[in-house]
Amino acid sequence: MNKDEYKKLVNRLTPKEKKSKNAIIAFLVGGLIGVLAEIIIVIIMECFATSRVEACQWSCLIIIFIACLFTALGFFDNWVTKAKAGIILPTTGFAHSIMSAALDYKRDGFITGIGANVFKLAGSVILYGIVSAFFFAVLGVIIYG
Amino acid sequence: MNFLCAFLFAGVACLLAQIILDNTKLTPGHVTSLFTILGAFFAFLGLYEKFIQFAGGGATSIISNFGYMLYKGAYLGFQENGIIGLFSELLCYSSCAIAGVVVFAFVLTLLCKPRD
Repeated sequence: MNKDEYKKLVNRLTPKEKKSKNAIIAFLVGGLIGVLAEIIIVIIMECFATSRVEACQWSCLIIIFIACLFTALGFFDNWVTKAKAGIILPTTGFAHSIMSAALDYKRDGFITGIGANVFKLAGSVILYGIVSAFFFAVLGVIIYG
Repeated sequence: MNFLCAFLFAGVACLLAQIILDNTKLTPGHVTSLFTILGAFFAFLGLYEKFIQFAGGGATSIISNFGYMLYKGAYLGFQENGIIGLFSELLCYSSCAIAGVVVFAFVLTLLCKPRD
């Protein structure tokens, strides 16, 4: 094997290793957030004798609050760059995108800054979520009655 | 056992998202929108209920749950109130997440200084 072939081999292999590392980190972090949500649900169901649906909403709120708080304190951005999809895909990513947009545009004032930009990143999730859910619901009503 | 299912479900969803992020030019915005739409789609197929029964918090903590709750609100709204229910009940269940994140973000933004 000469040097050129060796270089090609290195170029081909290096990103793949990084990708597999990213994937494993995303898997572990995402899984841990799922377990955390389940733990919160179980604790709330045990302690306050609520229904499972209500406990899910509480766990959702608590996770959102933790994500917003950590973003406001400044160290959540580092976590997001390290764990990537592991934090972006759970509800923490939704909270982080809104919180960081609000913080970034705070100095532009309340209306033109926070008000205009708070949904800058999370807006696509809300828009396509509502549109797709609406049309799937119409389809569901037609098919299932 | 419940915790293991939650770990596996949320982990596999994040793994898929990370693979999509790494191997395509899509941004995190594309991926989260895609998973929200997938959540609504699986809710339409009736599968997301089973995911939640199987994985509990693992299924309710990922963004697909947002799509599921939107679909559930719209579908049950139609059963109760007819066509107007599609619109008026759409955000019924997911209101918790949206209202929560907006309120927390606004209050914490007031309290905290922006970083450089």
